[in-house]
Amino acid sequence: MNLSPIQTKSGEIRGDHKVVASLVPVGSRVLDIGSEDGALLDLLVRERKVDGRGIELSQEGVNRCVARGLSVIQGDADTDLADYPDRAFDVAILSQTLQATREPKEVMSELLRIGKQVIVSIPNFAHWRNRAQVVFLGRMPVTKYLPYEWYDTPNIHFCSLRDFVDLCRELDANVEKAIALSGKGNKIPVNAPWWVWNLIAEQAVFLLKR
Amino acid sequence: MDADKSNSAPEDLKANEADTPSSKLARFPADEPLELDSGVKLGPWQIAYETYGELNADKSNAVVVCHALTGDQYAASTNPVTGKPGWWSLMVGPGKPIDTNHYFVICANVLGGCLGTTGPATINPETGKPYGLYLPVITIRDMVRSQARLVDYLGIDTLFGVIGGSMGGMQVLQWAASYPERVFAAVPIAAAARHTSQNIAFHEVGRQAIMADPNWRGGNYILEGVRPTKGLAVARMAAHVTYMSDESLHQKFGRNLQDREHLTFGFDADFQIESYLRHQGMTFVDRFDANSYLYVTRAMDYFDLANEFDGSLANAFKDTKTRFCVMSFTSDWLFPTSESRRVVKALNAAAANVSFVEIEADWGHDSFLLNVPEMFETINGFVTGAARARGLPAPGEEV
Repeated sequence: MNLSPIQTKSGEIRGDHKVVASLVPVGSRVLDIGSEDGALLDLLVRERKVDGRGIELSQEGVNRCVARGLSVIQGDADTDLADYPDRAFDVAILSQTLQATREPKEVMSELLRIGKQVIVSIPNFAHWRNRAQVVFLGRMPVTKYLPYEWYDTPNIHFCSLRDFVDLCRELDANVEKAIALSGKGNKIPVNAPWWVWNLIAEQAVFLLKR
Repeated sequence: MDADKSNSAPEDLKANEADTPSSKLARFPADEPLELDSGVKLGPWQIAYETYGELNADKSNAVVVCHALTGDQYAASTNPVTGKPGWWSLMVGPGKPIDTNHYFVICANVLGGCLGTTGPATINPETGKPYGLYLPVITIRDMVRSQARLVDYLGIDTLFGVIGGSMGGMQVLQWAASYPERVFAAVPIAAAARHTSQNIAFHEVGRQAIMADPNWRGGNYILEGVRPTKGLAVARMAAHVTYMSDESLHQKFGRNLQDREHLTFGFDADFQIESYLRHQGMTFVDRFDANSYLYVTRAMDYFDLANEFDGSLANAFKDTKTRFCVMSFTSDWLFPTSESRRVVKALNAAAANVSFVEIEADWGHDSFLLNVPEMFETINGFVTGAARARGLPAPGEEV
């Protein structure tokens, strides 16, 4: 299942993937949850020389991952993280998936248990375009980067960047780095307070530690 | 009833195959016995095998293919008894996922089998008569031990891969647990780390069918010149049902009648499915030994890999460096996905390198033997990735 609305031409590396890769130490042990077609994991194996594993929900996605030589299991972030021992990975990555889990808090807590560091990328529901649709049109937002109608969206737990930071605090996780991205996945080169990012970033990548 | 005369030709051929197989054969003398889980030292003993492809100079491209309950060493070549093509010709061969242009494939008949590896139909050198039930009970680990001895005999230290479906997949898991340093990549398909109560139950039905046949003669039928063909055929019929799915049976046969317009109000094979099963049973007895069926089903029943490791399956794979690709099929109710997941869970707990996919296929447990493109794609990708990691030229790259 491709949850990410970010589409690139084949061969082109997604902006958010580049940002995530820049946060992953070379040679580390990595678990990528929501591997999709394996593009991020492949990038990490090639460029960051990681010992990488993945979890992906769809058979089609797993097939594509395994066919490119990646170690990926068919599974579900909500149920299968419990199988891994504590601190089994240097980095656990949850890329554009948290909003589609049934129990985001539990998933985050599991990630912080199995990964020494955790990288999470999420879409920002509080982006001004989304806010505008709710306020002025009185409708659930449908945008280029959040293309689903309310009745067919796999994204069942949206949050804003501030909400996410609150959750991290509740889980005793330190936000070591936060990088705001545009919808296309490019960095927003602004040093701004949270409320600004919460308005102008369409997505963000967080590096967490506990 | 005496043995059906019309069966005598394949019977003779099969009897010969049990001692002097058409395939390659490694013989081990009495002073090189095989130590079995039962405590018995079996010797002399022999193992019949086929190979495909060429072993490379540094002996790093060997793949062991493990066969299922009624399989044999003829994975990719004609079976001398049935004249049929190899049972895994879709998987093993030039340009196939297990590409014999690149890999040296070894497939051995299992211990307890009837096509050349020591089994109940083999002549017991102490008595000059077939072992029958005097052969010690065999386990999956014994089968794998015998294969490891064959691999030693061929001068190979580390295998590039071990692959198999069903009971073959059990052997793959046992290989990875017993000889982790000798297995670079492992592919257990439609398998499990233990035989479930339901699995044991079906096997017991089959064994009782054989033993209830008056021609079984307490296992001495070969000496007495008869064969328990009816019992063995019934065992096969019952087992065959478990290899298919309700969906595939329905699609293939439905409630269609066999060569007739109306029900006969009798007990002939009115339905196509009955006729099909009878045919499956009858052809099976031409190629398989009834006592072998008892021994090999027993080996599967006894299999519970975690038992060897204080009840913890994760311990079976502790510190393993082997790369695993675990695969199951949606419609397989004999070795369901839950059993594969149990293996994956243990591998994850052991921080092993594992891929897992449940393939959508309607043909039940037998799917692993059939033309399922997603299975071939996955294995192709996994094997190519493993070859790259092993420093072997992968298919499509320079040989």
